[in-house]
Amino acid sequence: MTALAEPTLVDDLVHALGPDRVRVGAAELSLYRRDASNFDGHASVVCFPTSTTEIQAAVQACVRHDTPYVARGSGTGLAGGATPLAGAVVISLAKMNRILAVDAAARQAWVEPGVLNLDLSKAVAHLGLHFAPDPSSQQSCTIGGNVANNSGGPHCLADGVTSAHIVAMEVVLPEGDIVTFGGEDPEPAGFDLRGAFVGSEGMFGIATKICVRLIQNPPAVRTMLLDYMSVEDGAATVSAIIAEGMVPGALEMMDALCTRAVEEYIHAGLPMDAAAILLVEVAGLPNALEHEVERIVAIGRAHGARNVRVAQDEAERALLWKGRKTAFGAIARIKPNYYLHDTVVPRRKLPEVLNKVYEIAARHDLLVMNVFHAGDGNLHPLLVFDKREPGVMARVHAAGEEIVRASVAAGGVLSGEHGIGLEKRDYMPLMYDPPDLAAQASMRAAFDPTGLANPTKVLPSPASCGDVQHLPEGVWI
Amino acid sequence: MDLSDFAADVGDSGPVTITGLGTRGGPVADVRCVRAPAGIDWIQADEMIVSCGAGTPVAELDAALAGVGQSVALPLSGTVGGALAIGRSSHRRLGDGPVRDVLLQTHYVSAAGEIVKAGGPTVKNVSGFDLCRLLVGSRGALGFFGDVILRTRPLPAVSQWFHREGDPWEVFAALYRPVSVLWDGQATWVLIEGHSIDVAEQAARGGLRPVDGPPSLPTGGRRSMAPSALRTLSGTSGFVAEVGVGVVHTIEPSGPEPLQPAVAALHRRLLHQFDPGGRLNPGIDVGFGSV
Ligand SMILES: Cc1cc2nc3c(=O)[nH]c(=O)nc-3n(C[C@H](O)[C@H](O)[C@H](O)COP(=O)(O)OP(=O)(O)OC[C@H]3O[C@@H](n4cnc5c(N)ncnc54)[C@H](O)[C@@H]3O)c2cc1C
Repeated sequence: MTALAEPTLVDDLVHALGPDRVRVGAAELSLYRRDASNFDGHASVVCFPTSTTEIQAAVQACVRHDTPYVARGSGTGLAGGATPLAGAVVISLAKMNRILAVDAAARQAWVEPGVLNLDLSKAVAHLGLHFAPDPSSQQSCTIGGNVANNSGGPHCLADGVTSAHIVAMEVVLPEGDIVTFGGEDPEPAGFDLRGAFVGSEGMFGIATKICVRLIQNPPAVRTMLLDYMSVEDGAATVSAIIAEGMVPGALEMMDALCTRAVEEYIHAGLPMDAAAILLVEVAGLPNALEHEVERIVAIGRAHGARNVRVAQDEAERALLWKGRKTAFGAIARIKPNYYLHDTVVPRRKLPEVLNKVYEIAARHDLLVMNVFHAGDGNLHPLLVFDKREPGVMARVHAAGEEIVRASVAAGGVLSGEHGIGLEKRDYMPLMYDPPDLAAQASMRAAFDPTGLANPTKVLPSPASCGDVQHLPEGVWI
Repeated sequence: MDLSDFAADVGDSGPVTITGLGTRGGPVADVRCVRAPAGIDWIQADEMIVSCGAGTPVAELDAALAGVGQSVALPLSGTVGGALAIGRSSHRRLGDGPVRDVLLQTHYVSAAGEIVKAGGPTVKNVSGFDLCRLLVGSRGALGFFGDVILRTRPLPAVSQWFHREGDPWEVFAALYRPVSVLWDGQATWVLIEGHSIDVAEQAARGGLRPVDGPPSLPTGGRRSMAPSALRTLSGTSGFVAEVGVGVVHTIEPSGPEPLQPAVAALHRRLLHQFDPGGRLNPGIDVGFGSV
């Protein structure tokens, strides 16, 4: 009698999910080798669960076979969070995309993690509600990915980032237990595990259901465009608006190169010769708005705004926003590749750090454009290049590292919304000392005693110890 | 007192407890007691942030911030550290958001007596795991707050309480972002802030008339209910409920909610990681009975 062969990991996954939803073909696996970052890994299997119990079974199978796994939403992450390393299993949440329940009176909704961000806001629009976090990728990113990365967007200035809009989630913990963190109620007993889970980049378990807070659509909105002959004047306007006690719904800035690229692309009437333009949107009740518009216009003029354009109707407002939202498309016409950075600096340091960014890019012979969330000091320097040019990637990475260092040196932080993932893992010591990092490692150890949930992300490898860009084995840029 | 003195006070061995002004239960009895540094380090009005010692009274902070037209969304009693350690918001939570969203960065002292930084100084930050959220509401069981950087908010032009008889549901649905809606089973109180004409128009829309202030909140118990479940309180009395939030202030004491076993196990693992010897605030209840 021959002994039965032990079932393999793939056998176990097929047993739990069925053969159709467990894929091992090379062509398919290659689609999942990375997210929207430049970090390539390698997946051994991709599976598509459709329920919490299937996710649990998949996680348990990975644990049984001592194989790491990576939760994946839409793969739009920019820090390599969803890149599978060392032949990890990719657990795609794409098929779990149902809105489960909407309570319009309580302004809460339960959704599956694969629901797309914009789909949720569209689905509740008829109730006069929306989901506040609005990343530029909102047409394609998932709520689960937003939770894992604690994502932001232009309108998070007034309303807060994802963490402020998540009240509860069901999670499959790395050891396989199904738990609920947080609650529909405001003060669930115990630690704020909900808050700890948001931003954990897939390393604390997999969110299988999420309860979000929906907020009322504002009764009135006013959108303005101000343009400047210097970046300093635009940045000073930003600080002055906040210092005067106003928190606009959104406060976005584009620099000269970006403005020109966008104008040539969409012809929205943006000033081609401006050094910087500010897009300011205020939202709320009508009388407060009129007052705020007046004050913002006055502040803008006092800080050297040449023109102030206040959108007269919804069509003009949409046109102004289209300029902001198509920046990426416009840039693609200049050079085929870009590397988008994401750091935060104190608002008052914006001019200083922007000038450093220009200087760094020039020194590395690269083009840089800036289109960013000025209201919360969230810089997005965008290095544009053609990767066929020999040696260009080395320059892109060297410039990127200098930008991150300059931001932290100015009293800022490593990331405002894209997260750490692989990209900034080894920059963490720029911001945190060993005891600080040890505390973060303690959180990880408590949530994931198995160490199999998306390992080697976020926390710097002990070996790298302050050196940057020691990529884990099997990854390349 | 600076942070390193505070860290030395906490030390690295033996049970230790911390107290602020004692308004939220005070220190653990019969255990060596320390206090966090007090005082405001700086206010940056144009960044909408403030830095202070965790031992600073909230009222002192509030008064200083009022000087630059801002405030911080912490309940007005006790110290900043106490408010964060307990993590309970005031009746303004509907408009101001929960206490947990106020904390941007802290240096806390760990069970090993080390100064540890969590979070970062900017209003937006996703650099690493969100340890600040874990610390808020953890009752000092994971570490003692030393200093903090908090998010501030602008003070409104006008702030007015209103009242009407009857249930709150229609008013709540009709108004745009009121700061507080309270209901005692009989009548509804609403706090509206903003531009004076908007405030008046909102009040008219809700059929509300001005009153001096909110009802006094019962202090016997505090229940946490899903906002959608508040309707089940209709026809009862002895409570004031925060509509749209779900906090219910009751005359009767309220009991603790049990934790799921796997969630309780995760609490134990966190406590073991952060304070293996169980020396910080020993015996304090962090949600599943005493630790
Ligand atoms: C053009 C472009 C513009 C962008 N603009 C913005 C922006 O304005 N603001 C912003 O914040 N981000 C932005 N992003 C980044 C990205 O879209 C966000 O990080 C988004 O939230 C990722 O969602 P996703 O579904 O694609 O997640 P993925 O990339 O698939 O995964 C991201 C991380 O989440 C984990 N994860 C996914 N689902 C789960 C789950 N259910 N449970 C646990 N962990 C999970 C993954 O393991 C991974 O670590 C942009 C990206 C692009 C390409």
